[in-house]
Amino acid sequence: MTVAQRPAEIAMGPRRERYLLDSERLLGPALMAPAVVYLILVVGYPLVLAFLYAFSDVTTGSQSLHFVGFQTFIAAVKDPVFLTTLRNTFVFTAISQALVVILSTVLAFVLTASFRGRWFVRFLVLLPWTTPVALSAVIWLWMLDSIFSPFDWFAQLLHIVPPGGHIIFLGQSDLAMGSVIALQTWRILPLATVILMAGLSAIPAEVSDAAEVDGAGFWRRLFGITLPLLSPVMTVALLFGIVFTFTDMAAVFVLTGGGPGNATQVLASWAFYKGVEGGNLAVGAADALIMFPVLLGLAALLLRIASRAEVS
Amino acid sequence: MAVVETKSLRKEFGHTIAVDGIDLETGEGEYLVLLGPSGCGKTTLLRLIAGLEHPSDGDILIGGQVVTHLPPRARQIAMVFQSYALYPHKTVFANIAFPLAAAGMPREQRPERVHWAAGRLGIDGLLDRRPRQLSGGERQRVALARALVREPQVFLLDEPLSNLDAKLRAAARDELKEFQQRVGITTIYVTHDQVEAMGLGDRIAVLNEGKIQQIGTPDQIYHHPANTFVATFVGSPPMNLLTRDGRLLGFRPEQFLPASAVGERPGQVIFDFAVTRVENLGSDRYVYGHLPGVDPEAKVIAKLPSTVTTPVYVGDRVPFALSGGDLRYFDQQTGTLTAAGEAKVQP
Repeated sequence: MTVAQRPAEIAMGPRRERYLLDSERLLGPALMAPAVVYLILVVGYPLVLAFLYAFSDVTTGSQSLHFVGFQTFIAAVKDPVFLTTLRNTFVFTAISQALVVILSTVLAFVLTASFRGRWFVRFLVLLPWTTPVALSAVIWLWMLDSIFSPFDWFAQLLHIVPPGGHIIFLGQSDLAMGSVIALQTWRILPLATVILMAGLSAIPAEVSDAAEVDGAGFWRRLFGITLPLLSPVMTVALLFGIVFTFTDMAAVFVLTGGGPGNATQVLASWAFYKGVEGGNLAVGAADALIMFPVLLGLAALLLRIASRAEVS
Repeated sequence: MAVVETKSLRKEFGHTIAVDGIDLETGEGEYLVLLGPSGCGKTTLLRLIAGLEHPSDGDILIGGQVVTHLPPRARQIAMVFQSYALYPHKTVFANIAFPLAAAGMPREQRPERVHWAAGRLGIDGLLDRRPRQLSGGERQRVALARALVREPQVFLLDEPLSNLDAKLRAAARDELKEFQQRVGITTIYVTHDQVEAMGLGDRIAVLNEGKIQQIGTPDQIYHHPANTFVATFVGSPPMNLLTRDGRLLGFRPEQFLPASAVGERPGQVIFDFAVTRVENLGSDRYVYGHLPGVDPEAKVIAKLPSTVTTPVYVGDRVPFALSGGDLRYFDQQTGTLTAAGEAKVQP
C-alpha cells in the first residue's frame, strides 16, 4: 500500500504552536515560574545561608567557615542580653497586636457604617499602610523628640507635666517600649482594619436582621452573632500582624536603636546588631533562627485556617 | 395573635419611593399574602412592619398599639427570611434558643421551649447539627421553629420557599399552610409567585410601584381583578385584553373554548378565533391567535384542557365561545374595572 496523500482540499489547521499556552502542562509552570524564582532567590537562599551560618563560626571578617554544631546557639542564648531581647519581643508583639485587634475591630465597624465623608476617613486610616516605614518612623522620631514633641505640649496643657516640662519618651525604658509599641500598632492597624472590613461585609445582612428581629439588643448582636462570625477573619488578621511584628526591626531600629540600654531590643534587631553591626554572623543567624519555630507554627496555623475556609 | 395595620405608610430611599402610602389591615389570625413583581415594594413593606426599616411617613400598628418608632424586639414579631438567616456558628438548638435568650428567659427553662418548637416542626433529631449540615427544607423548618419559639403575635415571611427546589416547594407550601392553621398566628407572607399566593393566602394584597392595586380573596383577585395590572399579573397565561368600543375587554384564557366543545348556552358570546400557533403542554393546549372581528391587533391566548379534544390547527378560523358573565371591562385610560364590569361583580 502506498502512503495516502493528504487530499488537496483539506486545508491545514492553524499552526499548533499558537495553542501551546492552552496546555495546562505548560501554562501552569510558566505562570508559576516567576514566583518560584523569587521565592528561591529571596527567601530560600537566605534561609539556607542562615541555617548554614547558625551552625558555624563564620564572622564578617573571615573567609573560613567551620561547623561547630549547637555551640553558636549556646553562645547566643547565654548572652545576658538575650533573655531581655526574647522577653521584649513577646511584650512588643503581644501588646501591639492586642491593641491592633481591639482598635481595628472598632475602626472596621465605624468604617463600614454609612456616614458623610466616609471615604475621606477611610483614606486617612489607610494612610499609614501606604507610607514607607522609614519615612513614618522618622516622623514618629520627631514627634517623640525630647524637646520639641507635640505630645509634651498636650501633656503640659493637661497638667500631666509642669509648664515647660518634658516627657523623655525614648530615654526611659517603659516609655521607650510604649513608643515602639505605639508605632507598630499604628503601622499594622490599617491592614487589620481592611481585613476586618472585608470580613464584616461578608456577614449576610439578613443574619444581623434576624438577630434584631429575634429580640437581640446591640451587645448581644455584637458578642453573640457578629464577633463570632468575624472571628475566623480576625484570626487571620491577627496572625498576619503577629508574623509582621515578631520579625520586625524597623520600629525599634529607627526609634530607639534598641535602647535605652537594651530596654527595647527585640530578636530581629538584636540579630541585626550582633550579626551585621557586630560582625558575628554566626550568632546573628542563630538569634534570628530562634524565631523560626514560632514562625513555623504560625505559618502552619495560617495555612490550616486558609484551607478550612476553602472547604466551608 | 394580633391585627397588623399600616396607615398611609410611606418609605423613600433617596428619590425612589418604595412604599407609597399603603393602608392595610390584616384580620385576626389571618394569612395575608403580599404579591407583586420584583421591586414593587413588598419586601420593604414587610421590613417596615418588622421594624428593620424606618418609615418616611405614616404609622404601623400591631395589636392596636402604635409601634412605628419601636425597635423590632419591642414588636413581638417573628420573621423568616428568604435565606433563612440561620446563625451559622450555632447549633440548631442554639439557633432556636436564641430568641429566648434575647428575651431574658432563664437558661434552665429554655430546653423545654426549644423541644416544644422543634417538635411542632418535626426537627427534634437535628438539634445538635449546625446549619451547614442541613438540607434546604430542614433549614426552613429550623427558621420556622426559631420564629415560633417565642410565640410571637405576628409571623412575617419573606419568600421562604424561593430557595427550595420545585418539588420540595409544593410540599413545603402545603406544610406552611397547615402549620399556620395549627398555630393560628397572624401571618404576612411576601412572594412574587402567584401560585404560592393563591394557594396560601386567606387574602392577597397585590402590589405594584409601591401601591396596593387590590386586596381580596384569591377568588376575587383572579375573577374580579380591580385593574389591568392585577388582571395581567395574576393568572398564567395572563388575562386577554382587547380594545372594543373605547373600553378594554378582558377574559381568562381558560374561559375561551371552542364553541363546538362547550355546546350552546344562554348568554354565550361567540368570536371567530384566527389561530397562529398551537402549543401542546400535555395537560393543556395553548392556542395563540387574534380575533379579527373585535381587535385584530391584540394577541389572544386560549387555554384548552386536555379534556377538550377539538382539533385546532394553525391558519384555522375557529368559532370560540365565552360566557358573557366571564367578560370584564376596564377603562382604557386608567385601566380600572368599569361599571359595566362591576355590575356583575359581587358586592
